[in-house]
Amino acid sequence: MLMNRRVFLGATALVLAAPAAIGQAKPRLVVIGGGAGGGTVARYVARDGQGAVDVTLVEPNAIYHTCFFSNLYLGGVRSYDSLAHNYDRLVGDHGVRHVVDRAVGVDRDARVVTTAGGERIEYDHLVVSPGIDFVEGSVPGWTLDDAEMMPHAYKGGEQVRRLKSLVEAMPEGGVFGMVAPPNPYRCPPGPYERISMIATLLKAKNPTAKILIVDPKEKYSKQALFEEGWQRHYPGMITRIGPDFGGGSIEVRPAAGEFVVDGVVEKVDAACVIPAQRAGDIAAQAGLTNDAGWVPIDPANMRSLADTAITVLGDASQQGDMPKSGFSANSQAKVAANAILGELTGSRVFPAKYSNTCWSLIAPEDGVKVGASYEPTPEKIASVHSFISETGEDAMLRKATFEESLGWYAGITADIFS
Amino acid sequence: MRLFLAAFSISLLLGLEAQASEIGDRERGEQLFEVCAHCHEVGPGAVDGIGPHLNGIFGRRAGSVEDYEYSEGLARMGADGVVWTLETLDIYIENPRAFVSRTRMAFPGLDDPQDRADVLAYLRDFSDNPRDIPEAEPTARPERYAVAPEVLEIVGDREYGAYLSSECRTCHQESGASEGIPDITQWPTEHFVLAMHAYRDGVRPHPVMQMIASRLGDEEIAALAAYFATLGE
Repeated sequence: MLMNRRVFLGATALVLAAPAAIGQAKPRLVVIGGGAGGGTVARYVARDGQGAVDVTLVEPNAIYHTCFFSNLYLGGVRSYDSLAHNYDRLVGDHGVRHVVDRAVGVDRDARVVTTAGGERIEYDHLVVSPGIDFVEGSVPGWTLDDAEMMPHAYKGGEQVRRLKSLVEAMPEGGVFGMVAPPNPYRCPPGPYERISMIATLLKAKNPTAKILIVDPKEKYSKQALFEEGWQRHYPGMITRIGPDFGGGSIEVRPAAGEFVVDGVVEKVDAACVIPAQRAGDIAAQAGLTNDAGWVPIDPANMRSLADTAITVLGDASQQGDMPKSGFSANSQAKVAANAILGELTGSRVFPAKYSNTCWSLIAPEDGVKVGASYEPTPEKIASVHSFISETGEDAMLRKATFEESLGWYAGITADIFS
Repeated sequence: MRLFLAAFSISLLLGLEAQASEIGDRERGEQLFEVCAHCHEVGPGAVDGIGPHLNGIFGRRAGSVEDYEYSEGLARMGADGVVWTLETLDIYIENPRAFVSRTRMAFPGLDDPQDRADVLAYLRDFSDNPRDIPEAEPTARPERYAVAPEVLEIVGDREYGAYLSSECRTCHQESGASEGIPDITQWPTEHFVLAMHAYRDGVRPHPVMQMIASRLGDEEIAALAAYFATLGE
């Protein structure tokens, strides 16, 4: 009996020792960026891997405000607080370690991420999902230092609040100006949904105000739907200057409150400047970007073409036919999570399927949508099947589309943060 | 009967092939309607009962009879723009659950296309302007809309379904919440498969669902059905 007992104790000691040894051997995934791409991939790898992978999320915000639906806040359709999400469930339920800090460096040879606070985090696989940054000098006269006076409000959060307060402070009959970005940029219908929501706000509080859009693009996403809706809901309020009338030649004077469009000075009482865009800074710092400022990826699994130990998701990637959107990033993250788990744990890897739908609100309860499914080809992520709302749809269908978008917001935020 | 014959001879004159899509025998339809009449009234003075009255059903938007409380699924179809026509009614009464998930219409459907055509010929008489309703839709309908038994018998690969379901979960919540977008958890496998095939074949209208379903194979639909049937149990 004594012998047996000692054997039993010995076995227990071995069992107790084992987790530590396994712990050290656990593959390590580090994710930079806690938005629709990074949050989703961290959640899926941690949860579906059932603890087999050590997941660290590097995201500087403890509370994350989604950029998608921020326009609805501008229009008074959503509260600011309803855009806020935290990482409590990723940490508490799925065992993700959240480093509340900004990633400032990637050493690809040593496989180490460094943070602004000086932490060094080793990885076996790295996901880079930093969203966008702006191309310096793309709007003459505007730098990031001017974002208080003329907000970009294109990364969600405080900038969006700032923009709303400026619009609300406009004098009666004043002019709101927007500089729209050149392609490619985050959320193709976003600037025009923003115009719609600001028009909603002005129609209620300052109905004689005008809106001026200066746009370097010939055409834009859902153009026919927006133009029809603007005519119906905000007749005479919105003017868009495209490249044929000088929209490609813009200079802004934030201190003076002026747009100079093709040499003509236009006074603006509040403005939003959305510059040209590129992958978030850390992607370039890691040496992953091409000349255009985006990260080329393998269409089959979102791996960087420069480094197979790195996956790049969402807006920062050069994603073929897919638009830069939260939906796209979330879709790519699930394909990537499956591929990463396969590599790190040997689990089954399935073929990539991508999809996207972008809902836009033209006026309260007047919703439209555009979407497509995608598949990888050797060259790019290619569109397979697409659809778009039609002009002339009745109010009941538009309301149903709006309500569907609320359901989507609840669904995707649960899919990222819960 | 006279109408039917007239239509038939016109199509012969025009050299058109007789199709299953031609509207049927209203007298036979009246007899068949006795089953429907347990729940639906039609004709002068018809009111809502267990189901809504069917006067003026042709051209009516789905889920639009005032004061009748529709299932969430049917109300959603109406909001999505479905209008009852010869074609949509034909699809619906063939297998109600394939066209409107979780409809309250507890009717297994009419397999025989002639039966459906006859019932619809009868109902057509109670529409506001029967003359304006075509004898047949301009495009030929499929002989019948159905999913083959061997497809319904496919046993889904649940693990593959779990992966594929991640695409659904962008909108449909695992928790079963259904605000704005329906709950699809713990759904009987056959209902799920029927619905997805109906989207894939374009008989159920919803652009996002048609887009998602369009590139799913039979095995993939079965895999998804297997996954969602037990999700959250």
